[in-house]
Amino acid sequence: MGNTSSMLTQYDIEEVQEHCNNTFSQQEIVSLYQRFCQLDRNSGGFISADEFLSVPEFAVNPLSQRLFRMIDGLNFKEFVLFLSAFSSRATLQHKVEFIFKVYDSDGNGKVAFSDLLDVLRDLTGQFISEQQRELVLTHVLEEAGYKKDSLLVLSDFMKILGNNGLKMEVEIPVD
Amino acid sequence: MSKLTSSSSELDLDRPNIEDYLPPDSIPQPHAKLRLRDLLDISPTLTEAAGAIVDDSFTRCFKSNPPEPWNWNIYLFPLWCLGVVVRYGILFPGRVLVLTIGWIIFLSCYIPVHLLLTGHDKLRKRLERALVELICSFFVASWTGVVKYHGPRPCARPKQVFVANHTSMIDFIVLEQMTAFAVIMQKHPGWVGLLQSTILDSLGCIWFNRSEAKDREIVARKLREHVEGSDNNPLLIFPEGTCVNNQFTVMFKKGAFELGSTVCPIAIKYNKIFVDAFWNSKKQSFTTHLLQLMTSWAVVCDVWYLEPQNMKPGETAIEFAERVRDIISVRAGLKKVPWDGYLKYSRPSPKHRERKQQSFAESVLHRLEEK
Repeated sequence: MGNTSSMLTQYDIEEVQEHCNNTFSQQEIVSLYQRFCQLDRNSGGFISADEFLSVPEFAVNPLSQRLFRMIDGLNFKEFVLFLSAFSSRATLQHKVEFIFKVYDSDGNGKVAFSDLLDVLRDLTGQFISEQQRELVLTHVLEEAGYKKDSLLVLSDFMKILGNNGLKMEVEIPVD
Repeated sequence: MSKLTSSSSELDLDRPNIEDYLPPDSIPQPHAKLRLRDLLDISPTLTEAAGAIVDDSFTRCFKSNPPEPWNWNIYLFPLWCLGVVVRYGILFPGRVLVLTIGWIIFLSCYIPVHLLLTGHDKLRKRLERALVELICSFFVASWTGVVKYHGPRPCARPKQVFVANHTSMIDFIVLEQMTAFAVIMQKHPGWVGLLQSTILDSLGCIWFNRSEAKDREIVARKLREHVEGSDNNPLLIFPEGTCVNNQFTVMFKKGAFELGSTVCPIAIKYNKIFVDAFWNSKKQSFTTHLLQLMTSWAVVCDVWYLEPQNMKPGETAIEFAERVRDIISVRAGLKKVPWDGYLKYSRPSPKHRERKQQSFAESVLHRLEEK
């Protein structure tokens, strides 16, 4: 992709498109590149924590820290792959996989009670006590047929989230 | 990680409820029993985050769109080269000459007036005002400024402040050439700072420092004192607090609107075809910005002096500020954005995240109780 050139060649675009399995059109990739360069102010080739958090809409999001850990230090190709889960062309499987990865912070393919608790804590903050959170989680887990010490894998997530329409789409502005 | 701290709670008071403007949370429908799926499905929050990564209204305010290159073929390119030669070789030296003459005239009148007439305050102030208007006119001439003023000219009355949208420091010069305002500005380093502490000080300008939290109270007091004095120059305030790219307006700080005075809105719109007057202080120094203006063809802008507004009974300062922002944005054709300009320099307060967390938590607890 070259280092600081802000022009993508056709080869670059096709390479990125292949990498993300054609979930984005070529125009969308060009728009994403403009956005990437806009955020990457010091042209380091990746977007740093500071640069992400300078977007107020992102900084106020409860899951921004978790997401940031996944995007930190990504180059443009990986950045597009990361966002490909939000394309309208992404499969349901892809989207559920993305959600799974957000939960599975250590990447071992298993989501434990503590991971579920961590995400719930991010989403609810100080407005539910830790005990209540554990109670709520245990309750819904048992109701769905799992135990508190069950380890959830991707197929469990597919089963739970896969049937109703999962809406997770972002439109890339194309000028 | 970052040296910037999240904005102090005082700045929060300037903002009306941002939640009204942000995309609505599509939290799972209330009044249905809570299931595992509802807790696992974080897609709404993730979608919001991804949306912000892909495009956000705050960054848009400070984006300067580079002009479309038009010199891309065999006959346009030489024309453009000719234009460059004219601009840099003929116009620029001519403008530098005009500006130098202006400064010589100004300083040779100002320094004697300032030093010798110390006893005759009224006369001295009148002359200083006229001289400042003069040097500003020279500045505007040095960019071949074509400024059209619409509306009744400002007059100096007590209990009156002027507010305008902010695109660059040249806003001040454009307005000052018509009326010698006292402005409230951030103290700058370098030659600008020198001008601020000498000439602009005599106009009664007020300085503040963005990074000092306590500064706010001191400044608020100085504003009030200035507005109440009958002899002072009319006060000009840029309530956005920062330069915005003349396509959007960010939220107005309420400081100007709670002084109990009449607020006279001024709208400024630059014509981008000639030059993009947006000063991105992070990207270029003011000197570079001025040089860029002096090597362009012209600075064309419209200034509208709008109808003075008073706070309506039962209106808060923030509502008043938003109403005036509306008036200015409509007149100048700018889009409104619900962000505080100071977010350029600091992180949003944790309060916004907490509000989201609170509403989600309440929904979870509520649904837990449904049978």
